[in-house]
Amino acid sequence: MSGIIAFLKPPNGNEAARHARRAYRKPFSFSQTVFIATMVFLFLPLFVLILYSFNASKGMSWTGFSLVWYEKLFFSSKDLWKAFNNSVLIALTSAFTATVIGTLGAIGVTWYEFKLKKYIQAITFLPMILPEIIIGVSLLIFFAGVGIKLGLFTIYIAHTTFNLPFVFLMVMARLDEFDHSIIEAAHDLGANERQTLLRVILPMSMPGIVSGFLTAVTLSLEDFVITFFVSGPGSTTLPLYVYSAIRFGVSPVINALSVVMILGTVVLAFSLRNFLKYIAAK
Amino acid sequence: MKPALSKKNYGPLYAGPIALWFTLFFAAPLIIIVLYSFMKKGLHGGVEWEFSLAAYEALANATFVTITIRTLVTSIIATVLTILIALPCGYFMAKSKNQTLLLLLVIIPFWTNFLIRVYAWIAILGNNGFLNDFLKATGLVKNYIQFLYNQESVILVLVYMYLPYAILPLFSTIDKFDFSLLEAARDLGATKLQSMTKVLLPNIRSGLFTAVLFTFIPIFGAYAVPLLIGGKDSYMLGNVIADQLTKTRNWPLAAAISMVITVVTTVGVFVMMALQKREARRAEEAARFGNTTTLEEINNAAEIPDSHNPAGGRP
Repeated sequence: MSGIIAFLKPPNGNEAARHARRAYRKPFSFSQTVFIATMVFLFLPLFVLILYSFNASKGMSWTGFSLVWYEKLFFSSKDLWKAFNNSVLIALTSAFTATVIGTLGAIGVTWYEFKLKKYIQAITFLPMILPEIIIGVSLLIFFAGVGIKLGLFTIYIAHTTFNLPFVFLMVMARLDEFDHSIIEAAHDLGANERQTLLRVILPMSMPGIVSGFLTAVTLSLEDFVITFFVSGPGSTTLPLYVYSAIRFGVSPVINALSVVMILGTVVLAFSLRNFLKYIAAK
Repeated sequence: MKPALSKKNYGPLYAGPIALWFTLFFAAPLIIIVLYSFMKKGLHGGVEWEFSLAAYEALANATFVTITIRTLVTSIIATVLTILIALPCGYFMAKSKNQTLLLLLVIIPFWTNFLIRVYAWIAILGNNGFLNDFLKATGLVKNYIQFLYNQESVILVLVYMYLPYAILPLFSTIDKFDFSLLEAARDLGATKLQSMTKVLLPNIRSGLFTAVLFTFIPIFGAYAVPLLIGGKDSYMLGNVIADQLTKTRNWPLAAAISMVITVVTTVGVFVMMALQKREARRAEEAARFGNTTTLEEINNAAEIPDSHNPAGGRP
């Protein structure tokens, strides 16, 4: 999670300066050995998934190259694609809601003093610390108590809730770097509140807003635990689908799906990174 | 100071939605959990509105005590292992010239969906999995070894899942560390290990705290990993909550266990924050009394005799 966030953060330019300080390093130090071993550990599962997605037989023994699981994935996995659509729908709507509410909140907390400020700062911090299961369980009990039927709507509420703190903090971080005299300049030049917001603050905090939105989309697509608790019949998301497939044992269609998802995220992340760089540069 | 956007205070207007959202969908549910944990259980889930300590009494039950201790031990072992692996990794990354590339290497596996990564480990460790297949092919094993469904496999996969949560904060603090201090320590006769434990570690404490917090908390509340990788004997508190909610339908008990996790987490956060604050204060005091000497200060001091040189600076 934090990895995605670190990656999506708008890049800063002093990397070159830091590199200049790096001293000479002996080949194959202890730390290097550990690092290489760790990389093998991190990538091994992915390679196994990729390898066996091309296996002709269902089992884990290699019987020859085949694309049969990809064919199954794309042409005869209706439920899977329904789950995929649900996931995308929830990711986009919850990320959008979180971005709007979170950005407004960040602007309010950055520029004004008011009673609720301390409360907001404390309560947005908590959901990021508490284990996911607590949020899932408390929301499930809440929905049951209030009488809201579990389904896509409850998943949307839950996802917006855990997305909000991230958007809020990322936009706040951007607003903190803001040259505040620009606001004064806008006022001196006769801009009113709405104009300052729409023409100065929003465009300038765009990198923070965009990376907040993208983080929210990724977190939402990724979430299993919270979704598991607040989902109802007919509201299967992709992680929930994978979960039920795993319970029936290893299925090569899931391998093929994993490979498509790994490729998809790599391509997406790189294009987003370039997009963010472009925005930051503008 | 930041200038106000306008003379009128629009703060509550901007921040109203976020305050409302969190009150309704975060604070209220948490309060309901606290309330539910003090009530009598309903027949088919839910609660009866009657005060009762039954849920907390049930927590003293031997089974729950065992599971709580197991959860704690599992979390501690997994966290310690994660940190022990992450420290050299972060150190190596901080010293590397290709930081961006190495960061990418650490992050890419974690773009893969959480459940798919769990699934990958099932595919590797399963009885008909990759590892057993490999062992059988090499003739080391005749039948198969059961790698899954035990405590060790749960810890292995937990370490795998949360490793970057430790590597990234450690990397970013070690990256700010002044490596010439290590050379200075070595010049003054410290062994390599001493220079690490007495110079590096004390200087990256804040990163260590963050790394410990980021790994311990999610592991303590783990649900999916013990469910899919572990067996009945490696159940953790998260699994008990889910069982109480969906199978046994004892909601007050589920709420009470959630309270335990929440309290442990909150205490952990406060302890870490207090430690971090003390750390900051100590650093501040040390700076005020001039107790810490960074290499830069030593260099600056050494430059004083040279100050008649108008160009100044180091040779």
